[in-house]
Amino acid sequence: MAASADYSHFVKTDKDGRSRLDLAIDGITCAACLDDIETAMKRLPGVTMARLNLTSHRLALTFDQSRVESGRLVGALEAIGYRAYPYEQRKVEADEAARFLMLLKCLGVAAFAAMNIMLFSISVWSGEASSMPQETRDFFHLLSGLIALPAAAYAGQPFFISAITAIRQGRLNMDVPIAIGVTLALALSVYETAHHAEHAYFDSAIMLLTFLLAGRVMDQAMRRKTRAAAGNLAALKGENALRFEPDDKDNLVLVPVAALAPGDRVLIRAGERVPADGEIEQGASAVDESAITGETSAKKVSVGDAIYAGSINAEGALTLRVTAAGHAALIDEAARLIEAAGAARSRYMRLSDRVSRLYAPAVHLTALLTGLTWFAFGASAHDALVIAISVLIITCPCALALAVPTVQAMASGAFFRAGLFLNDATGLEKLGEIDTVVFDKTGTLTLPEPRIANAREIAPELLQLAARLARSSHHPLALAVARSVGAAAPLPDAEETHGQGVAAPFGAHEARLGSAGFCGVDFSSADEASAIFIRHGDKWAKMAIRQTLRADAAEIVAGLRKKGMKIHILSGDRPEAVAPIARLLGVEDWRGGQKPADKIAFIEALKTQGDRVLMVGDGLNDAPALAAAYASLSPIDAVHLTQTQADAVFLGERLAPVASALEIARRARSLMRQNLTLAIAYNVVAVPVAMAGQASPLFAALAMSGSSILVTLNALRLRGPGKSASLPPKQAQNPGAARIEQAMAP
Amino acid sequence: MCRDECADMNVLIYLIPAALALGLLALYGLFWSLKREQYDDLEGAAYRILQDDDIQEDALKDDGIHKEKK
Repeated sequence: MAASADYSHFVKTDKDGRSRLDLAIDGITCAACLDDIETAMKRLPGVTMARLNLTSHRLALTFDQSRVESGRLVGALEAIGYRAYPYEQRKVEADEAARFLMLLKCLGVAAFAAMNIMLFSISVWSGEASSMPQETRDFFHLLSGLIALPAAAYAGQPFFISAITAIRQGRLNMDVPIAIGVTLALALSVYETAHHAEHAYFDSAIMLLTFLLAGRVMDQAMRRKTRAAAGNLAALKGENALRFEPDDKDNLVLVPVAALAPGDRVLIRAGERVPADGEIEQGASAVDESAITGETSAKKVSVGDAIYAGSINAEGALTLRVTAAGHAALIDEAARLIEAAGAARSRYMRLSDRVSRLYAPAVHLTALLTGLTWFAFGASAHDALVIAISVLIITCPCALALAVPTVQAMASGAFFRAGLFLNDATGLEKLGEIDTVVFDKTGTLTLPEPRIANAREIAPELLQLAARLARSSHHPLALAVARSVGAAAPLPDAEETHGQGVAAPFGAHEARLGSAGFCGVDFSSADEASAIFIRHGDKWAKMAIRQTLRADAAEIVAGLRKKGMKIHILSGDRPEAVAPIARLLGVEDWRGGQKPADKIAFIEALKTQGDRVLMVGDGLNDAPALAAAYASLSPIDAVHLTQTQADAVFLGERLAPVASALEIARRARSLMRQNLTLAIAYNVVAVPVAMAGQASPLFAALAMSGSSILVTLNALRLRGPGKSASLPPKQAQNPGAARIEQAMAP
Repeated sequence: MCRDECADMNVLIYLIPAALALGLLALYGLFWSLKREQYDDLEGAAYRILQDDDIQEDALKDDGIHKEKK
């Protein structure tokens, strides 16, 4: 039954009949892995090409499907110690990659043009005072124009397209004044060149594009990196399901969950996660739906009951008939609530959009008034127009447009290092304004899966032995033991007595892991169901299996409170289960037994008080609340629907990323504000010069590049010395040790 | 009107096209390398030059062919 998995769902066949498979790989630590993996792959018969990308940790394989099975490729990698899973590039990621490439090309063209035009411009400026003949100057202007016009047409595309889309939708964004400024600067320069005038602004237009594109490339590069890492994580989480072959009822095949279709029948053994929504066709069991509802006690199910993907089968084997996802009543209700709650959320207006809504009309009006005033005071129509346009060129929001993306790029880098993935850039701004945090309990404050709660009281060698025995069993309690201790080699000759325990010879005695009776321990207590025993010779211990708090939950909650945040707990679990956790964390305001609609109502009530609420949750029942809150976070183990509602997703078994997210976002927001202020201050200084008709191309070039560089350098402070020290240290390398420590908490 | 100076300036007729051609060449280089995905794996490339796969891989391939023939 434990055949190698069938990944043919992910294999793509090209025209020449070769098969291609992309794998996300976990466990790459050094450059030597590159050699290891590629050599191991090429040694397999039928593999023609294996190329590992060390940046994205992905392996591209080309092979002959008739000679080697896709499952064997993954098996071979596992044999040399790398976890691999087929990786399917999602459309978002492909789009981002294409966008990045386009921006980089635009930047290349703009930089080329800027450098060459600057050669001419500097000659013109330095020749101005001395004796540059008019013919030479005109020639230089002509050449500049010949370079600038095609270059601007190519490199300006991202701005022109975005500006046109915005205007069509009847709104203003930062690209509108940029597009107008660039276009007018070029048009004016062409006119002036044709009339042998002294000033042409080709350099300003192109330099502006270069700076802006550099900022966008930076932002996009960071976003792409985050996206790639998040894609890998999603792929590596990829679970398999045991599917009954449709034509052969007794034949089970291990297939990726993505390949399941409605109508398929899958087998779910005890301790396994339910791979898809469906209806039970055979068997009876208890399922742990804590990932869905937050309720920690298991629910009895039997033939005909519907169960949801993400819940855990606690007892017997089940045969499930897969139904189409999204048809389950629970998910429908969640989707409906999300839609209602999400409407309020889309009203949020980004900082830069808020500024540009005021900025664009203000500068256009200023330019118009300047032109009219000059004309009224006797300047020629031509001069008045030139001065009006030079106001627009000077106010073309170069620094303003860089103010936010540069900080954003730095912040998503900082998020990445702290173990957070930003889903949406607006989330960064909203996270910076949070003053109230609402936590879900199950899977958020606590670890998503139960662990040994009293590990500290147990002798380490017994604990290690228990873990080694536990590796031979699929019982949920044994799985919890194995998880809590971490890496341990299974014992040879281990034998499982169904529903009782596992036994194996070890040293002079037999080691037993299981129920009190199985281990020959005289022990009885009320919470028998969640205890498991280990016995080796005379030594024995009782291990209590419970939902445990994340290791640093108490510390982080206390830290947030010290910063003046109000903390609440909202759980779908029974109040009796929530109370001890709330007491331990010192949270006074907590509620248990909350339905999704109750959670939304609670958050709405906080919002009407004027609180900016951050919701942290993982269950399907939290998804609507995440959508309703001002900002939201969810752990990476959260169900898919919930993750898509969160502004950012955090990794690991600690709660620390929540505090880091708030801290980084707060600093990023203040830097964004500083940058916007700097950019506006620049305008306050430069605009009067332009209005006075004194803005020469040299002045425009200096002022614009100066302010852009200032803003970019200011954004870099997010990463400056001493700042990163305030971020919590990375997760401990040895998860086993950390888990044992944290097991003390409850 | 400026016979002497303009005579000196004539050199620009060659130099400007030369400078532009060099710039365009670099731009072409950028487009070429983007198309060939040269920037896709900057970390890997640094280590790849240390591999002596040009020797090893040929040897491996030869082995494979021989085995198949046998």
